[in-house]
Amino acid sequence: MTTAPTPVPTPAAVDTNGGGGTPGTATPATPAAPTAIRRRRGGRAWLGALPLLVFFAIGFGLPAVAIAIGAFTTSSDAPGGGGHFTMANLSDSLQGAYLTALLGSVKLSALTALIGTAIGLPLAQAVATSRFKFVRETVLAGSGVLANFGGVPLAFMFVATLGNAGEVTTSLGLKDYGWSLYTFNGLAVVYLYFLIPLMILTITPALEGLRVQWREAAYNNGATVFQYWRHVALPVLLPSLLGGYVLLFGASFAAYATAEAMVGSSIPLISMQIGDALSGNVLVGQGNLALALGLDMIVVACLVMAIYLPLQRRSAKWLSS
Amino acid sequence: MTVHRARAAAAAAVLTAAAFSLTACGSAGSSSATTAGGKNITTATSAADLGGMDALVAAAKKEGNLHVITLPRDWANYGTLMDNFTKKYGIKIEDENPDGSSQDEINAITSRKGQDRGPDVVDVGTAFAISGAQQGLFAPYKVAGYDSIPATMKAADATSYNDYGGYVSIGCNAKKVAVCPQTFADLMKPDYKGMVALNGNPTKANAALNAVWAASVANGGGLDNIQPGIDFFGKLKAAGNFNPVEATSATVESGETPITIDWSYLNTGYTSKLAPKGIDWKVAIPSDGIWANFYNQAISKYAPHPAAARLWEEYLYSAEGQNGFLGGFATPAEFDAMKSANTLDAALAAKVPAPAKPFTTFPTQAQQDTAKAAVTANWAKAIGG
Repeated sequence: MTTAPTPVPTPAAVDTNGGGGTPGTATPATPAAPTAIRRRRGGRAWLGALPLLVFFAIGFGLPAVAIAIGAFTTSSDAPGGGGHFTMANLSDSLQGAYLTALLGSVKLSALTALIGTAIGLPLAQAVATSRFKFVRETVLAGSGVLANFGGVPLAFMFVATLGNAGEVTTSLGLKDYGWSLYTFNGLAVVYLYFLIPLMILTITPALEGLRVQWREAAYNNGATVFQYWRHVALPVLLPSLLGGYVLLFGASFAAYATAEAMVGSSIPLISMQIGDALSGNVLVGQGNLALALGLDMIVVACLVMAIYLPLQRRSAKWLSS
Repeated sequence: MTVHRARAAAAAAVLTAAAFSLTACGSAGSSSATTAGGKNITTATSAADLGGMDALVAAAKKEGNLHVITLPRDWANYGTLMDNFTKKYGIKIEDENPDGSSQDEINAITSRKGQDRGPDVVDVGTAFAISGAQQGLFAPYKVAGYDSIPATMKAADATSYNDYGGYVSIGCNAKKVAVCPQTFADLMKPDYKGMVALNGNPTKANAALNAVWAASVANGGGLDNIQPGIDFFGKLKAAGNFNPVEATSATVESGETPITIDWSYLNTGYTSKLAPKGIDWKVAIPSDGIWANFYNQAISKYAPHPAAARLWEEYLYSAEGQNGFLGGFATPAEFDAMKSANTLDAALAAKVPAPAKPFTTFPTQAQQDTAKAAVTANWAKAIGG
């Protein structure tokens, strides 16, 4: 594509520019292309992304704006009537029980995502380097199912086996050892049940992108296994690992039904506070407070993404070629 | 490039179609809300306004359907009440989202104004009855027995009125628990490790909020002060006795919640339901924390079946309907009036668990607001972790 600059770009050229999302590779690869053509090509590539952008605007933009507006106005069913500007929702959402719940959610998500990453990586490496194709395909297919296994069915599965009247709990007498599913640790175990498969699914393509030649080159130069991982594999994998971590964090942060069905109010989580505010028998006029809590969640998610994106951009080129 | 333009056009077409179908959903339902005699049903505030019960029944039968929301079949005998109503008048009942909450009911009214799938009637907690009336969501209507509902149990403008209530009670699985607790103080005993469950989260579930209030009464609090109740559950948690599972008939049956603090009519209902399954469920109304509360009936102003909605209210407040609540071990609003009029089913009344002394003073709106604020602020602190 660099040798013969054509006025109308081929579909392939559009793809590398618009679909790849890797700014580090596209621009330096075409230093000879006239700027006018580049600009035109950019314009058309943008057109190709139009359906996505429209979808994004409707599916994410509109709700985000609605949340932001709602978070700063009073609820229509609040005692004083609705629609007035207020900071009360947002300040309430960052105080007392709501702040505890926000911090509880961040703590649970950060911890489970970390454990999920630490366990998922070696498992995925074992699977990716396995000589048996059957094992690899089975594990990956299984991971695909388990990664999407959440909500009330998952909670019931654990309640039936490890709950306080569960089969395993009663037959092994786990209660005498202080086991309780309905605690922070219990919830973390349940979350890992779908987070680890999610990590395996996410990281396996990156592990498969690690060239055998790199490892051979390292060993030929006298590197140990540890040195190879420390200086070659992990730095290359870092963005994918971080990406996986962010995904796990998000999955854990947004989980609602599992925790709601399992631990109720005993573990403070922001998603459950939103549920309580939106749908309850007790508190009236909390709808816009729920929106403020949602806004807090968006901010946290954006902060996590902000840490991840620059790192991802830095070394994504190693794996994309 | 043409591909992209076509794609964009297709996307635009799909979105437009989606937008049209959404607006189509919003179109109004029935418009002929009048009786055979030409009376407007939606503004009728009594059966007499429509020309008597017969006219109301005829209009309701013409509508053919009643859309209720969040009525669990095993709650205060609602399953039987709905079946008998259908049998009596031939009106089909759709019960939407049986496990929903009062807020869900109010949301359903506000978000489906003018649609034929909006709820006709609601059964809500007192705070939602007041807030819904303030927002003008309810149609005022006086049932035939309106005067026999005590004045403290109905809104002055007849937008809502108490339907049934009960006491906070302690249910207990006698097969799993050697000695069943009789009072809140008993619950602290080390025998009940990990056993004591609530109906839900008190910032969300009315039954749980009232359980906290009852515990407050047992620990020196009262109408003005719910904090001792929150502290009680904090201590219960610290002692290892609190069970965070939200009690339902399923958890009671599976043995996950061997001791549950819940409405007396729910706990008593479990007794007869679980006896055939070999579970000996015992109910005690704690003498140190006597606390009762009522739910409220209201007709949606935007009811798609306005005559059926009014007929349902007439049915619930007839002797049959009120005795129906009694059959579900709940105390109906017209209990005293029916007792003196001799229409109360004495055999059923005898089965309703009675407290050591009756509870007669219900919290005011201000007291409720204070209590809810305290629970919202401090519950997670007491129970969390």
